[in-house]
Amino acid sequence: MRIRVGHLYPDHLNIYADRGNIAVLRGRARARGHELDVRAIGIDDAVPAGEVDLFYIGGGQDSDQELIAPDLAGKGPALAQAAAEGSVFLAVCGGYQLLGRSYRDRAGAELPGVGLLPLHTIGGTRRMIGDVLVDCAWAGERLVGFENHGGRTILDPDATPLGRVLAGFGNDGISGYEGAREGRIYGTYLHGPLLPRNPWFADRLLAEALEHRSGHPVELAGLGDELEHAAHRVAAARAAARGGRRSG
Amino acid sequence: MLLGLEVAAAHAVGALSRLSGRGGGTTLPGKLLAAVDPAAVERLGRELPLGSVVVSATNGKTTTTAMVAELLDARLAYNRSGANLLSGVTSSLLASRGAELGLFEVDEAALPEVARRLHPRVVALGNLFRDQLDRYGELELVANGWRSMLAALPEARLVVNADDPLLGELARERRDVLAYGLDDPAHGRGTLSHAADSKRCVSCGAPYLYAAVYVGHLGDYRCPVCGNARLSLDLRATEIELRGLEGSAFTLRTPAGSARIGLSLPGLYNVYNATAAAAIALALETPLAQIVAGLGRFVAAFGRFERIAVADKTLLMLLIKNPAGANEVVATLLDGSPPSLALVALNDEIADGRDVSWIWDVDFEPLLDGLERVVLAGGRAAELALRFAYGGLERERIEVVSELESALDRALELTEPGGELVILPTYTAMLALRGVAARRGLVPEFWEQP
Repeated sequence: MRIRVGHLYPDHLNIYADRGNIAVLRGRARARGHELDVRAIGIDDAVPAGEVDLFYIGGGQDSDQELIAPDLAGKGPALAQAAAEGSVFLAVCGGYQLLGRSYRDRAGAELPGVGLLPLHTIGGTRRMIGDVLVDCAWAGERLVGFENHGGRTILDPDATPLGRVLAGFGNDGISGYEGAREGRIYGTYLHGPLLPRNPWFADRLLAEALEHRSGHPVELAGLGDELEHAAHRVAAARAAARGGRRSG
Repeated sequence: MLLGLEVAAAHAVGALSRLSGRGGGTTLPGKLLAAVDPAAVERLGRELPLGSVVVSATNGKTTTTAMVAELLDARLAYNRSGANLLSGVTSSLLASRGAELGLFEVDEAALPEVARRLHPRVVALGNLFRDQLDRYGELELVANGWRSMLAALPEARLVVNADDPLLGELARERRDVLAYGLDDPAHGRGTLSHAADSKRCVSCGAPYLYAAVYVGHLGDYRCPVCGNARLSLDLRATEIELRGLEGSAFTLRTPAGSARIGLSLPGLYNVYNATAAAAIALALETPLAQIVAGLGRFVAAFGRFERIAVADKTLLMLLIKNPAGANEVVATLLDGSPPSLALVALNDEIADGRDVSWIWDVDFEPLLDGLERVVLAGGRAAELALRFAYGGLERERIEVVSELESALDRALELTEPGGELVILPTYTAMLALRGVAARRGLVPEFWEQP
């Protein structure tokens, strides 16, 4: 099958090697006989809501995020419609913040968000930087990545985090939670990029995208993943040894 | 008097550091002195009759500074070892009492502090690319730090790469500027690379138009909306000739005349380095003939296109540390005969950057077709393996040997007799591999180079 990926603002939001995530989705789809059609969706481009199985949005410099935020807010209704129809979303770092309701920077200016995830973000002075290890008990798996963010993301009381922080800062350095998920919408601060060393998560996104495409549940055959697991172990050890510590 | 005692104590620490085998003792004396007396660097700096030059950039500062050292006659206090924080500068000053001129490459983030204390007569700014975001933060933060620094140094002469829009803007309102750049559209690339930085006008945010893109976002740019454009060039490299891995040549056009320059270093990025070095030397009133001769003599700075003989084989060490620099290394390798074997080493120490995501922004793909085998080493070798595998290299061609010395031996074993082994290491991996070569008596340690 052809999996249709909508890559939001690749020219502006690409600061942490986001194309690595796309390369992994493409490679793992191909290993199962599927192809990825990646379409860039930039400023002023319409969202082809019914024609995208997976939306990807990465992170950028502050100035770039400010630049695209109003345009993204304008795309909100179309993205919400796609989400309601079962499209998958992966949002990383700045993209994660923008999928929430709002982002308030340190000067107090408020950027509008899309509102797909029940959370908001407040800019902070001290950046939270380092390796992160996250326990996703809901999947019986762990995620490992690198975080570098000034924003503190605060989940609504009824929001579901992506996981619990075992080492590192996570959403706000205090709550002990990392990321958020809502149906097939996933947001996280983890880059590195995220997917190469977390193949189970890449496969989950692919399976859900294929399900959106085909209309029925999809099982993906396992791949050897020796290199992936080795990289996961090294990164997890880094997080345990020197990931950021939660501050009071 | 007090300074004399402090200096003696700091020297003793440097000798101890070398004796204890912990390195070249290139920063410890300076760290000690800086801790005891932070103002010492100012007093040491004031002892230099010809003042100081500071050179900073994301890429090329070590090579540019080494070239400048080759061009000048003055007795130098010079941080040849690449110890480029305040402590390294202090150590160099300590080690070179009686020097006439200070010549320092300085870390981008450390530059404002070093410049505030040294009051350099020449500030040379080469380029800003995304690099170690975990350490430096965003490019604009670094540029803002440089802007305030320059405002506090109204007397200093600014040597600036006008092809970098972010730096050109720092120079636009300044009085004493020597702007340099490349001027040979035949070597321009049609488009910016996928992860190019500084793509949008500093003043109005519109995307720049480029008459030529040379390296990363460096080029002949113009804003179609507000009209901001590359500064007019005082020094230009024209009629550039790239000779694969063998070297390069160009015509240097300066207010003091023009000359053909031959370099033993390859690639457009080294043409930038040489043009920068010529501009700095010219700012110090060095005669053009001396600049031409010095650049012609120059061989690589350690680990930067350095060749090391190992019995009947040669190591070719090409430092990689960020996407823009690594992309140029890849382009240079492709310009020669692309290697069928390479050793790539990725560490994630502080000096490399803890965050290794940058390897996914490097365009390694054009190398993969020619690679029969790649040996991957360093603390994050597994991550590199994924980069190459998802880039399209068959997994059977990938060998992971994390430990650096074993990886070097394995890659040498795979190298044909009489052949050259291409090594692409990150900074601390490069130092470690050179350390292995030094222990085997193949090269002097990096702090002992002439």
